[in-house]
Amino acid sequence: MLLSEAFANGESLRRYCLENGIPIYEAMMRREEKQSECSREQVLAEMQKNLDVMKESVYRGLNEKVESVSGLSGGEARRLFKYGKHNPFSGYTACRAAASAMAVVEVNASMGRIVAAPTAGASGILAGVLIESARQRGWSDETMVEGLFTAGAVGLLFAKNATISGAGGGCQAETGVAASMTAAALVEISGGAPVQALDAAAMAMKNVMGLICDPVAGLVECPCIKRNALGAVNAMLCADMALSGVTSLIPFDEVVAAMYAVGKDIRPEYRETARGGLATTPTGKAVAQRVRRMQGE
Amino acid sequence: MEDFSVFDIIGPRMTGPSSSHTAGAVRLSHIARQIAENDVAEAAFTLYGSFAETGRGHGTDKALIAGALGMEPDDADIKDAYRIARERGVLVSVEYSDEPPKHPNTARIRIIGSQGQVTDVIGESVGGGNILITEINGLDVEFSGEYPTLVIQHTDKPGVIAEVSHVLAQLSVNIAFMRVFRHGKGEDAYMTIETDQPVTQDMQRMITRLCSGINKLFAV
Repeated sequence: MLLSEAFANGESLRRYCLENGIPIYEAMMRREEKQSECSREQVLAEMQKNLDVMKESVYRGLNEKVESVSGLSGGEARRLFKYGKHNPFSGYTACRAAASAMAVVEVNASMGRIVAAPTAGASGILAGVLIESARQRGWSDETMVEGLFTAGAVGLLFAKNATISGAGGGCQAETGVAASMTAAALVEISGGAPVQALDAAAMAMKNVMGLICDPVAGLVECPCIKRNALGAVNAMLCADMALSGVTSLIPFDEVVAAMYAVGKDIRPEYRETARGGLATTPTGKAVAQRVRRMQGE
Repeated sequence: MEDFSVFDIIGPRMTGPSSSHTAGAVRLSHIARQIAENDVAEAAFTLYGSFAETGRGHGTDKALIAGALGMEPDDADIKDAYRIARERGVLVSVEYSDEPPKHPNTARIRIIGSQGQVTDVIGESVGGGNILITEINGLDVEFSGEYPTLVIQHTDKPGVIAEVSHVLAQLSVNIAFMRVFRHGKGEDAYMTIETDQPVTQDMQRMITRLCSGINKLFAV
């Protein structure tokens, strides 16, 4: 199979990897080199820059006082992170990863620097899980960069064959896709096969299929920040399932197609317009009014 | 965008909170600044649609000011744009309009230069940090800023377009997209040329020298 055909869908990617005896991240790197006409070193260096900004955003959200422009969010990531030391129900690792994911989106809301993955509103999941896992398992930057290419490949399949925007397909297209990307990255970094990585991605999406995008006051804060926390745990759980040998009955490509169909069926009120769901609750509306009255400075 | 790069998915690196309302807004006014030849003494912004509706909470005002000051979408100082404008003595003002725009995220940017010259730019933030410039000084245009873009103000007469494309060909610059816009026959006109290769300052000088009928040229 040709490299140019490998990224048509999950099945072609799996076959390309199998034929060449390579992981998904290697296929993604080869495609990027070819498409951008850059060397392997340049492509890796560009991704390393993304990793550096991801690390900075997790660090800032967990260690600095961040507050959003609207005043609606900030500081809760730190709270959860500290609490995580004291035998949390969701477990130490899950709690820390969820807090790290929240940290990034809190930094985003405070006009700090982040890496969209695949969007700004879902930027916490991949960064939070990868960086917390690396901290606990001693992964090198090189390993994490490989994981980012795996994640990028999965996101690319969603972008090509469905959508990765909340306006296009609801929250499932943002935090759902981010969790799928992250799950696949964890599987490949842990030595799982491409088919397991795609199964993990499929399961993560299945878990949140149909999730609407209903941002209060139209801002990337509520419920986005906490849905990143959920996305982080969703990703880790699905990676564990895939690595344990649990499989997805519905194959990855069919999940992508179903998610796309569902996304198009979600009424516009629930696709980033802030005209439904949590945005139009009495509290949501009151908050929106308050934000609208805010001064520019 | 069929041929996604991995960096469309993991990226861009940007200052939050919103790719359309923040990153896109920075890019819009950054391009307006370039159209005003980087001479910005005063900048006035009018926000329409969703920009006006949720712009305050997304820092769209700060993003627009930051772009006019020359910042890029990943600049960590965007949130301090008001202060930085004050320090540099650049006068800024932001208005929120109720008028319905053509596109939900629209901004009108007026830049006044040190000699009092006025540049008016209207643009849209079309999602994911992508933008479209739709009007320059009252003239309809359309370009995205994704490619190196030449914006040329010229007199509407036969041969100008051929001369420009001929010079570009001599310079081995490939034209990806090209559009021509005019007020009326024989009046002021604009051409926007999106190219695969960047057009250096030397090249820009050469085009202005070799082609007749060019009143103004700037690269974005």
